[in-house]
Parts: sequence; structure tokens; C-alpha cells
Amino acid sequence: MSGAVREDFREILRLVRPNARVLDVGCEEGELLELLGREKQIDGQGLEISPAGVAACLARGLAVVQGDGDRDLDHFPTRAFDYAILSKTLQQMREPRHVLSELLRIAEQAIVSVPNFGHWRMRVSLMTRGRMPETRVLPDPWWATANIHLCTLRDFTDLCRDLDLRIDACAALSGGKPARPINPDGPLENWRSETALFLLSRRADAVPQAAPLDLFGEVALPTPEGVKPTRRRKVSAPSS
Amino acid sequence: MTGTAAATPQFETNGGTHSFPAGKALRLDSGATLSPLEIAYKTYGRLNATRSNAILVCHALTGDQHAASVHPVTGKPGWWDRVIGPGLPLDPERYFIICTNVIGGCMGSTGPASIDPSTGKPYGLTFPVITIADMVRAQAMLVEALGIETLFAVVGGSMGGMQVLQWAADYPEKLFSAVCIAAAARHSAQNIAFHEVGRQAIMADPDWRGGAYETAGVRPEKGLAVARMAAHITYLSETALQRKFGRELQRDGLSWGFDADFQVESYLRHQGASFVDRFDANSYLYITRALDYFDLAARHDGVLAGAFRKARDVRFCVLSFSSDWLYATAESRDVVRALNAAGCRASFAEIESDKGHDAFFLDEPQLDRTLRGFLGANAAARGLA
Repeated sequence: MSGAVREDFREILRLVRPNARVLDVGCEEGELLELLGREKQIDGQGLEISPAGVAACLARGLAVVQGDGDRDLDHFPTRAFDYAILSKTLQQMREPRHVLSELLRIAEQAIVSVPNFGHWRMRVSLMTRGRMPETRVLPDPWWATANIHLCTLRDFTDLCRDLDLRIDACAALSGGKPARPINPDGPLENWRSETALFLLSRRADAVPQAAPLDLFGEVALPTPEGVKPTRRRKVSAPSS
Repeated sequence: MTGTAAATPQFETNGGTHSFPAGKALRLDSGATLSPLEIAYKTYGRLNATRSNAILVCHALTGDQHAASVHPVTGKPGWWDRVIGPGLPLDPERYFIICTNVIGGCMGSTGPASIDPSTGKPYGLTFPVITIADMVRAQAMLVEALGIETLFAVVGGSMGGMQVLQWAADYPEKLFSAVCIAAAARHSAQNIAFHEVGRQAIMADPDWRGGAYETAGVRPEKGLAVARMAAHITYLSETALQRKFGRELQRDGLSWGFDADFQVESYLRHQGASFVDRFDANSYLYITRALDYFDLAARHDGVLAGAFRKARDVRFCVLSFSSDWLYATAESRDVVRALNAAGCRASFAEIESDKGHDAFFLDEPQLDRTLRGFLGANAAARGLA
């Protein structure tokens, strides 16, 4: 494997089983699908909105559909894939909640990465400048950004809980550093993870859970009636 | 060969008419059978030793087998000579390319102008009504007669694209890949309506003679020309028509009469007049009818995905043009969604173009790149040199 592989791709490559069926939503020019094809012999399918991206994928010999993650996931059959990948674009979807459910209808597992708006750089920038943060992860000004549904790590794990999704693995990505397996509910991670990459699946035995306290005094969610607050089990990345 | 109107391309390897023996009748969707059956075709390039490099190109409503050959009537270059040729996306040095004239056509395949053996006269309206599936069944017979078990690809635009989809539904085991350009899985009410205008124009021409014009030694040229004029408007986008002609006049000032004052009128008249030289009015009736009857989902309880259930091993590429309002992008998307729902391996791209439906004949670099990429990658997967 060449040294130029993006760290998030490297982590995805680690998570995906060989010969799996993979849907990459927002596959851009097909770099990841090509990498997975070469290294893991996957059977890949891309979904990409930009004509240039679609053309590049076709030239690479990838199966790609020009389409929109917000609208076109509904037409894929249930459990058609082993993995559905949504890399850094969930926050650009009009309906991220629906998209996330759809990913886990279409595929056994979803690999989703999200920039963490709770990262300390965001918080410090907002606190000191009083303006929407512009960082290396989210570099565009508020009026030009495609990111319409930003969330923090905490928000995302809440949503997963809400949708009865199980977090099978989670890794933090910062800059070009290698992925670091994390417990996304660990109190420090919402401060120090720039981007988090999740491996998700549908939970068979769903139990609603309370969110733990954030270091900066964010309050825990009220516990649903009749359900005893349970400690969330520790989540760790599977060994490759 | 582009630009020069005379020479046969060097990569043309065969051309002629295949006559099926009397026992090999074509059974039709209508219940009728067609015999004797003749299919006119052209081939480009050579079949490789493993017989794995054959591409069938399917033509549109008024096209024919002369995809990359000089047209014998008009003397013009082939209708897809900018796609088929050495160094082009359909390269005869790599692929064995076959293009047949559809049945019902008028360039050598059995059609309404052929002689009905039971009367010794042209069929005319006694020719059975045919469907897209009938055209494809005839093509499959020819492909088999050429000794080809599996096609590397079947490629076509417009009505050709519908044949591609029909191939995938009826002969998935004989296909490695399929390219459907600017087509739809069924004819819409609007599509049928435009065709009905054309047919009525032909049938209103007194020289049509109930379809028996050939015996009478006349041709319904006026009606056929009007049919072509109406249809031609649907092949262009409003933008393209406006850009090409605007309100430009033929000569200074208005005629204050009904001559072709506007350049667009003159253009359409020319399109109509030149069309009648190369096309048969009854063929136009039969082929437009086949298109109107086309509804791929109908045999699968209205569920289009049902048509593709057996085609999971076929690699599909569906392409549309952004300004095509005859078979709009939404129609191609429906096809792609059905392919996805059936679990097929499908690619889809909408090509930005303001030229309308006819863009697939024209200079569209993105179309070329996409075809080249898709076919090239699949050729590698099939082990073609």
C-alpha cells in the first residue's frame, strides 16, 4: 500500500472484510472504492452527485450512479450490501437522520465519519472570536459551507442511540495522524477528536440509555420513563 | 472516412443480408410468425479466437445498419462514425462490432416493403405488427447465426437503448455488459402522442393508398415528410433550436404569405424532404408502433425491477442528456432505480448538454469518455486485449 493513502481510508480499509459488497455514498472520484477493490477485492458501487466525479469513476471501471444520498438511497434494496460508507458528508445531507437509517437498511453495517463540532478548536474559536469557526476540517465561511447539519461527537452518539444503532467501532482522526481507537462516550473525546469514524450496525436488543456528562457541564439527557439508566458498555475497535 | 462521402471504411469486415432458412421463422409477440426472415447487417473489426469481443450496436427509429459505413442512399458518413472507428470508443481493432437493420425497417431487413411470399407483392399493411422484443429476438437469431454465444456488450441510443434494455430482460445470459443511452423503459403518453401525429400525417396523404402505395407506383412523400418534421422538433432542445435559428429570416423581409419565411421552417422542410429519399412510410408506421407498445415492466406486473431480476451479472451503464425532453433524465433514473432494486451492477451518468435528444449522435466529449471508460474497464474484466 502506498504511503499516500488518506488516514480515514486506511482505517476504512482496516474495517472492511475482504470480498464484501460495498456502497460508497459520495464516492467522489472513486479513490476509496478503487483502493478497497485492490486491497480487499470488494464488489463496489458508488453514488456520486458531481458529473466530474462520475466520469472519473467510470474511467476507473467502477460502478457508479450519479445521484444524491438524500434522495436516491431509498431505491436500493434492503441488505443489498455488507457495508455502506458515508465519508464526511453526513453533515451535508438535508436529512441526516433518514440517511443514517437508510444506510443501515441497505447494508449490514455502515461506516460513517463526521467532523466533530465539539472539538476544542471549534469551541475556542467560537468563544474567543464569537464567529462561526473556520478550521482545517471545516475551512469555509458560514455563507459558503456545504455543511448544513454540523454536530458534535456527543450529538452523533445520541442520534445513534435514538435510532437504535450499535457502535461496533469508533476511531478518532486528526490531521494526517493514524486513526486512534476511542470510546466515543469518553468525556475527553468530544474535546479532542477532530473527526470521528464509526462502524455502525442495527441493534437487535435496543435499550435506551442516558448520555454521560460532558466535561464542560453539558447535562445528561432525562432518562426515559420506566427504563433504569444503565452504563453504556465500553466500545472498542475490533482487531483487524 | 469522416467528411469524405465515398470510401468504405477499411475496418468494415462484412456487410450483407443474412437469410434464415425456411424452418427458422421469427415468432412475434403478436402471435404471428415472420418467414422468410432476412436481416441486413454490417460488421466492423474481427471476431477474436475466443469469440468474446462482439459488440452489438442497436440503431434508433430512423437509423440503420450503416453505423460507420457510408449510407448507400444519401452518401453521408455512418450515423455513429464519430464513436465507431480506430482509436474511438468502439474500436474495431479491439472489438467485433455488429449493427443490424431492425425488422420492420427498410434497409434490407424484412419489413413492410418486403415481398410477402403468399401474394408475391409487398406486405404493406399485411405485415404483422412488431415490438421491440421482436426486433431483439431477430437480432439474437443473427448473433447466434454468426457463432457468437455471448456478446461483450450491447450498445444503443434512443430506440437502440430500449433494445438494450430488452436484451437485458430477455437474454441476460448472453450479455456481459449493456449501455443504454437516452432511452426509457416505456413510451409515455407524450411520446405516443407525437408518434400518432406522424402516423396520421402519413395516413392522411392520398398517396398512402391504405399502405399499398408501392403496388400503385406512388409514395406518400408529403405525409412522411410532415411526420419527420414533427418528430425532428422532439429531437432538439428549445435552446438548440433557438441558438441555431432564433427568428432569423430566409431573406430580407416577410413574404406576407406562407412560404418558409423563417430559417427554422426552411430547415424543417429540408429535414422532411431529405428523409423521404431514404425512408419508407410503412416502416415508419410499424417502427413507431413498436416504440409505442414498448413497456418493459408490463410483463412483470408493472414492476420494472422484475425485468432485470435475471440480469444481475450484466454490467450496466445508463446515460442521459440533461436537455433531452423526449426521453428525459427522469426516465433513465427510473431504469437505474429498477436496476438497483433488482441488485444489478449499474452505472448512471447524466451528461450535461444543451443539444437535446440528438446529443448522442453529436460531438459530446463526455459521452465518448464515458463509453471509453466503461467499455475499456469491462474489456479488461473480460480479458480482452
